[in-house]
Amino acid sequence: MHNEWLYIGVFLIVAGFIPVAALVLAWVLGPKKPNPIKQSTYECGIETVGESWVQFKAQYYVFALVFLIFDVETVFLFPWAVTLDKLPLFVVTEGIVFIGILVAGLLYVWRKGLLEWV
Amino acid sequence: MNFWTDPVNVAAEWLKDVFIGWGMTDPYATALVYLLGAFLLVALVMLLDVFLVWVERKVVARFQDRIGPNRVGPFGLIQPFADIIKLIIKEDITPAGADKVVYNLAPVLSLASVLLLWAILPLSALVYGVDLNVAVLYLVAAGALGTLAVIMAGWSSNNKYALLGAFRTVAQMISFEIPMVVVLLIPTILTGSMSLKTIVERQDIWYVVLTPLGFVIFLISAIAELGRAPFDLNEAESEIVAGFHIEYSGMKFGLFYAGELLHAFTFGGFMAVLFFGGYRFFGLEQIHPLVAVLILMVKALLGYWVIMWIKYTVPRIRIDHMLALNWKFLTPLAFALLVVTAVMHRLLGGTQPWVYALGLFLSNVVLLLAALEILRASARRQRRQEEAVLSAVAETAGH
Repeated sequence: MHNEWLYIGVFLIVAGFIPVAALVLAWVLGPKKPNPIKQSTYECGIETVGESWVQFKAQYYVFALVFLIFDVETVFLFPWAVTLDKLPLFVVTEGIVFIGILVAGLLYVWRKGLLEWV
Repeated sequence: MNFWTDPVNVAAEWLKDVFIGWGMTDPYATALVYLLGAFLLVALVMLLDVFLVWVERKVVARFQDRIGPNRVGPFGLIQPFADIIKLIIKEDITPAGADKVVYNLAPVLSLASVLLLWAILPLSALVYGVDLNVAVLYLVAAGALGTLAVIMAGWSSNNKYALLGAFRTVAQMISFEIPMVVVLLIPTILTGSMSLKTIVERQDIWYVVLTPLGFVIFLISAIAELGRAPFDLNEAESEIVAGFHIEYSGMKFGLFYAGELLHAFTFGGFMAVLFFGGYRFFGLEQIHPLVAVLILMVKALLGYWVIMWIKYTVPRIRIDHMLALNWKFLTPLAFALLVVTAVMHRLLGGTQPWVYALGLFLSNVVLLLAALEILRASARRQRRQEEAVLSAVAETAGH
């Protein structure tokens, strides 16, 4: 019996186990003497002012949104790429048209000025 | 099939028979063999990781005209073990107000995401974890987990610098995944399969010859994905101190550090597999499976060395330049390359191998020249506009 995904699952457990084991070992062997100064937020020697979970520039999220669209759509291209040799010419053309639509989306975002860092 | 020609599979079969002899049923015996195999592979990879710390420190020392660690053991080889002991017996500090679960999970995920990649890396024709038929997609998915670990670390630390690092990660590290995924489609097209083993076996001509531009795009986006200089804005020491791992100390920091080094080496390995013929080297790989593993390791080390070379040579880029490079240059170029490769592959599919290789190579060169020409023209136009604005300002000031 050869099950590929069983191996991946087993590997996932092992790959998670090694770092956890290292952390547990460090936790057992290390000293534990907490105090408020030691546990305070690091900020170059001065005390933190206000809340640390601040609201920040929305532009970072715009890039995340654009990324999301592209990443999901490029996944659709993988089946097309795998079978490119066997596909009829019509489907190959369709794939290229699909890439064209993706690039048109990029151009739209570009023209809207969302790719400028302000 | 004997132990000499195929050590790993023969040992696995033998072990499975032993377990079945002890009265286990087949599925449990298989799972146990898989568990032992995965454990062995991960243990070897972690041992490799320890020596990567030494390699990295030696190489950076040489780049900066120093000697590097040379006291502990011959050539300082035992130094990383001393570092590990120091990291393990350090106090485990969790900052007050941190989101404890996420804070402790992030370093684990950071290292685990890299270790997961080794499940699919074909070390030789017979020595590999598993030969998935969707390995290329798996590579992208496991790589994205590492980005998630960075975001988790930055968010949970309850620190403004760390949060800033996480925000930067959102904008950059994930942006560079687009050109990378698109470029990963190119070896898939050339091979007609997503299995890494098939990709290696079809590389009678290395794919770096067929698609040099694809390799360059993959190298750039891999470095950005790793968050290494010149794309290390998420941990920029001079601006946000250490970015996402500012609050981490002791073994938790050690896991981030080990994960980063291993990630770079692993990407060296994937560059070798996807573009440099993997474990194949002009028939040398047929001597013995372990020779093939050695060939792949040497190629991966060379790739790792190139990544280090870039890291210690190039200064950090500004965030707007970096995003412009990705979205306005690499992404359109990668899509253009994908279309050109698909068309050329269809057109030249049935011809002589050398015609096919030459056609693909030349189309890459032409595409690169065209892209650079467009870039130059647009830069010239922009400069002219800026000069016009400046001269207009100067004229108004003169009146």
